[in-house]
Amino acid sequence: MKLLTLNFLTCARKTCKSTAAAFPLHPKEAELEQVEMDMNPLFITNMLPRLEWEAMKTLTTELGLPNLPAEPPSAEELADESGEPTQTLKDLHTLLMETSIASGKLVCGNCEHEYAVKEGIANFLLPSHMV
Amino acid sequence: MDYLIRFVQIHETFRRPETDSLAEMAGVKIEWLSYSEDSPFAIIRFNGASDPTAAARALLSRSILGVAIYELWGSGVDYESLHNDIRDRTQPLWDQYSRGTFRFDMDSFYGSRPASEQRKIIETFSYMAFTGQIRMRQPDNQFRIFEEYELDGPIPHHLHFGRLVAESDRKAMNKYSLKTRNYIATTSMDAELSLVTANLAQAAPGTLAYDPFMGTGSFPVACAHFGAAVFGSDLDGRSIRGKGGRNVSSNFDQYGTAAQYLGGLVADLTNTPLREKRFLNSIVCDPPYGVREGLKVLGSTRVALKEVVYLADGKPAHLQANYVPPKRPYSFMRLLDDILDFSADRLADDGRLCMWMPVAGLIEGEDPAAEEDAVPDTEYTIPRHPGLELVSLCKQDFNKWSRRLLTYRRKADAAVDQEQLLAYKAQRLVIAEGSQNDLKARADDLNAFRRKYFQGFKEQATGV
Repeated sequence: MKLLTLNFLTCARKTCKSTAAAFPLHPKEAELEQVEMDMNPLFITNMLPRLEWEAMKTLTTELGLPNLPAEPPSAEELADESGEPTQTLKDLHTLLMETSIASGKLVCGNCEHEYAVKEGIANFLLPSHMV
Repeated sequence: MDYLIRFVQIHETFRRPETDSLAEMAGVKIEWLSYSEDSPFAIIRFNGASDPTAAARALLSRSILGVAIYELWGSGVDYESLHNDIRDRTQPLWDQYSRGTFRFDMDSFYGSRPASEQRKIIETFSYMAFTGQIRMRQPDNQFRIFEEYELDGPIPHHLHFGRLVAESDRKAMNKYSLKTRNYIATTSMDAELSLVTANLAQAAPGTLAYDPFMGTGSFPVACAHFGAAVFGSDLDGRSIRGKGGRNVSSNFDQYGTAAQYLGGLVADLTNTPLREKRFLNSIVCDPPYGVREGLKVLGSTRVALKEVVYLADGKPAHLQANYVPPKRPYSFMRLLDDILDFSADRLADDGRLCMWMPVAGLIEGEDPAAEEDAVPDTEYTIPRHPGLELVSLCKQDFNKWSRRLLTYRRKADAAVDQEQLLAYKAQRLVIAEGSQNDLKARADDLNAFRRKYFQGFKEQATGV
């Protein structure tokens, strides 16, 4: 799963959903994978306002990836005068769309339940005592 | 000038909603001057468009059920009135097209003519005095005579004549055909209806679509074709992971849209890991009908499983690598309501939910007289949510049952009746608490569709 997806995910337990600690999920023993992809500037520009930037920063720190700027870049910072993608956009593309978690665990900061990621697919099924 | 859309004569109830959805996306206003479910020819007008030709191109560019759009040069009940109408409407245009290469052909619906007759008819258009070369392949201008017959009628009862403006994206159907797709399963949605669903969901470049029951990924693949970024989930991880290199992600590789596939999750809609935030543009799904096996969600009907289960060696069972969580039966109509509530919480303003719903019988608002073999005692209600507005209802008929494609639009918060919303949320809580009785229920009790489906087959067997 691409790292962008993690920005949409929280703990699947109903009791955790409303707590601040359940988001973002924390990667553990994560094995990352990077595959070159075509850039989609329009999509990234559209997604930027919907991203939880703080959660993205936490994620990059925990994964040991280059740190993100303190504030989310504005739409103007993504393309230069000639409309070409800037380095900021390229970096975001690499982080959100080209980097993915191949295997490892995602841990809820509230209940500490661990969700396994295998072959790039995270498993959010809960045992019946947690439903 | 008016325009003629040549539709395919299949999935008739999907054709107008698809076109309306595409018009909204292209930002053009269309007025339907003539449309019938029994005819493949529809006539429309672009209202307030400064460049109607561009509007026509934009409208049809990604249509699946439309084949092509034509500038309508004339209509009539016979050839004499057709020719008169063409003269009235387009005489000043003839000169403009008279020197380019051109081609004439005929499109007869419910009828046919031998080539010699076609040629004779085409010759009667000679008064336009085109002097350009005739070219069958890639001519500058392509003209077509449309004939509409009654079934087995001797002569056409309606005629149109038009100049081709644009062809649709219908050829995408071949590219996405299940026959050549790397990874499919028994319930994969066919390419045509997947692409139509993506059109109704308004999947487009820069948007994000999600399928909570993705199976082998038919809908996400179709949405990605139109440029949307997609992700999905399924209760059964095996359907996402596939086998031997055939899996959901390999389908995206096959179609060259891997960059738009964000990933697949193993998750249950009733215990979803998706945040409650309105970040999605489209939700597309074909929920499990629960016919092959009863519909299931996470949880258990057994009291012993409400607590942590320990294995003989003292380790908790749910922490084992190969642990499979228990599942319990669930009511089909409740699942549909859950999908609506899930969508209302996560769709952005004007975001769309496209949901398939199987029906054995009728649903509210339909005329029983129009359905000969409908089971009269079942009437399904269309699931509703205060935050969602029903945009269209399309129907695909099978022999003893049918399914509907329901399309909803997320209203802006200001347009949602807050009192209604509160009442709705309270009602959902009551149902959730009352559902403890469901725990002992059988799959049939929870799913009227499944019950009717099997009764239908029994009637058929004994009736012969």
